[in-house]
Amino acid sequence: MSLNVEHASVRVLPSEKPLRLLDNAGHAVTGAATGGFGLPDSETLLDLYRKMVVARRFDVQVTALTKQGRLATYPSAYGQEACEIGAVAALTTDDWLFPTYRDSVALLTRGIEPGDILAAFRGDWHNGYDQHAHRTAAQATPLATQTLHAVGLSHAARLRHDPVVALTFLGDGATSEGDAHEAFNFAAVWQTPTVFVVQNNQFAISVPLERQTRAATLADKAVGYGMPGYHVDGNDVAAMYAVTQAAIDRARSGGGPTLIEGVTYRIEAHTNSDDPTRYRAARDVEHWKRRDPIERLEKYLVSEGALTEALRTEIADAAEALAERTREVMTTEAEIDPLELFDHVYGRDRAALLEQRAALEAELAAGAFASHAGAAR
Amino acid sequence: MTATVTSSTSAEASAPTQLTMAGALNAAMRDAMTADDRVVVYGEDVGPLGGVFRVTDGLQAEFGTDRIWDSPLAESGIIGTAIGMAMYGMRPVVEMQFDAFSYPAFEQMVSHVAKMRNRTKSRVTLPMVVRIPCAGAIGGVEHHSDSSESYWASTPGLTVVMPSNPADAYSMLREAIDSDDPVVFMEPKSRYWSKAPLALPVTTAPMDRAEVVREGTDVTLIGYGPTVRTALEAAEAASEEGLSIEVIDLRSLSPFDDATVGASVRKTSRAAVIHEAAQFGGYGAEVAARITERNFHHLAAPVLRIAGFDIPFPSPKLEEYHLPTANRVLAALDTWEWDA
Repeated sequence: MSLNVEHASVRVLPSEKPLRLLDNAGHAVTGAATGGFGLPDSETLLDLYRKMVVARRFDVQVTALTKQGRLATYPSAYGQEACEIGAVAALTTDDWLFPTYRDSVALLTRGIEPGDILAAFRGDWHNGYDQHAHRTAAQATPLATQTLHAVGLSHAARLRHDPVVALTFLGDGATSEGDAHEAFNFAAVWQTPTVFVVQNNQFAISVPLERQTRAATLADKAVGYGMPGYHVDGNDVAAMYAVTQAAIDRARSGGGPTLIEGVTYRIEAHTNSDDPTRYRAARDVEHWKRRDPIERLEKYLVSEGALTEALRTEIADAAEALAERTREVMTTEAEIDPLELFDHVYGRDRAALLEQRAALEAELAAGAFASHAGAAR
Repeated sequence: MTATVTSSTSAEASAPTQLTMAGALNAAMRDAMTADDRVVVYGEDVGPLGGVFRVTDGLQAEFGTDRIWDSPLAESGIIGTAIGMAMYGMRPVVEMQFDAFSYPAFEQMVSHVAKMRNRTKSRVTLPMVVRIPCAGAIGGVEHHSDSSESYWASTPGLTVVMPSNPADAYSMLREAIDSDDPVVFMEPKSRYWSKAPLALPVTTAPMDRAEVVREGTDVTLIGYGPTVRTALEAAEAASEEGLSIEVIDLRSLSPFDDATVGASVRKTSRAAVIHEAAQFGGYGAEVAARITERNFHHLAAPVLRIAGFDIPFPSPKLEEYHLPTANRVLAALDTWEWDA
């Protein structure tokens, strides 16, 4: 793998044309367009392909379940699989991920169970998985706030001499938030082992990129903070993986933070309550559908003879099995105890909360809530 | 670099010496950093300068730049990174320099510091302390004298405390640093240089308790931070006129110690609360409401609030007209019908 990042000058602007290792026809790219990065080996690419196919099936399934009313909301990552998975697959199990609400398929790739990923969107609780076990912070909703947490955690790891890297996702819109700038700056000044992955999916709900920035690329912003920035084809999983891997290696060896912009597109609406026909043309969506990240890698793997029909069937079956598991867990009502509302506000008991808990318990016992009649424990 | 405090860092109590609140806070951080290498301190100017109030004086020389350092000048960044550090098991103690300079960190405080335990079902806890020099009476120019306590105290998930004297400052800061939950630790700037004879380490009442600091039978005066002194001055003056005033130092704004306050009010049947912050929607409104809801039939008069005017904090030459004084407290008590 190319480690040209070692030589990266933080004063050199990222290439205006996105760095790419596989073109849209699935051909390996050569020359300057690769930025000196080498194509990951076939085994790695096959693994990325498998993860993307499974993630796509999951995403489609969850969108369908949301339309059936099984989830309150779901921010789809359809079309962004190369960004999500290319970046996350480069992390070790000791590294930390700081995701946003749009990164469900990245969480799936981290090994988190569908029901636990979706607990927040079903409305069972704000977050449903064990953050420490998966080294994955709770999905952040307030934009860019989690980027500072990633900087702080990776700085703590560095102070403890632990070889731990933190990777955080943010969107194109989130780069306008103050916290993103503070995170870039703190990370660069403290030289923390942090990797920022900006998924530039072109829209912040309805607002297009040109209303967020006048910079030629979002990766350009890295230069002002004194860290390397990479402008990458976010629908090329090989490039996303290779660049992220190099940034992680660099961070782990004490080289400091990196900003990676993956240029991609949000194929679905922002969430199920959004109406994208009000702000973008169908032909633009069709244009990006023809740049599908999975099809691109598939073409390459088939041309290389790495993806056999048998393997393709096996992967499709695994994706279908996950979709079925997702349907099962999301169509089974989770047991929710309303009294748990009071259990996780403070570590120590508070008299006022105990009073309020007792009041709710009495209401439940009196059958004040039909949906929880007799549910008091 | 010479530390302002020469107290012992061992567990054995030193001989009592005159110590300022700033010195007691400095000693608390030094002792906490000595006791636990996960305790780190950072903020604006806390390193070589020792903080604009010198509360961290000498600590960087003693512990080095991996334990206490100057951060970039961005409060949301300070709080946001402290969250990440606390997630990793560190115990960051961060400084906001002045009340009003904490406002850029409001989102991190309210959306993450306060909620992290809750949103993760206690799987992620944040053992961090946010030190906020607060309130006025130091002749500060604008934005240097705010009282932000009600913003924090009205946010579920935060613990908010404010010591009024050097002994509590030491003991409560040690307890806050040891806490597995985040603590907003408010330091009344006008009391930084107040002195008391102190042998360290000192352990006072738990930080979630209010304390009766002067006993009385006729009125309960409730203060916190800078207004405890105001209450004590009023009580002393009133005693010369035969009025017996009990003074409570709240110490903890969240949680609120209903038990201690309620017991006092049921004894005296009259209560007033004093704070520097504007009256409207201020912390005193919560105090008055809680006392009234829980003790109405013991009350002989409405609960009074002696607070700052409902105005932005005044410029230095005008702050004396705004801040509650003992005379203003006594005048307020005179508005009650005493013969009823």
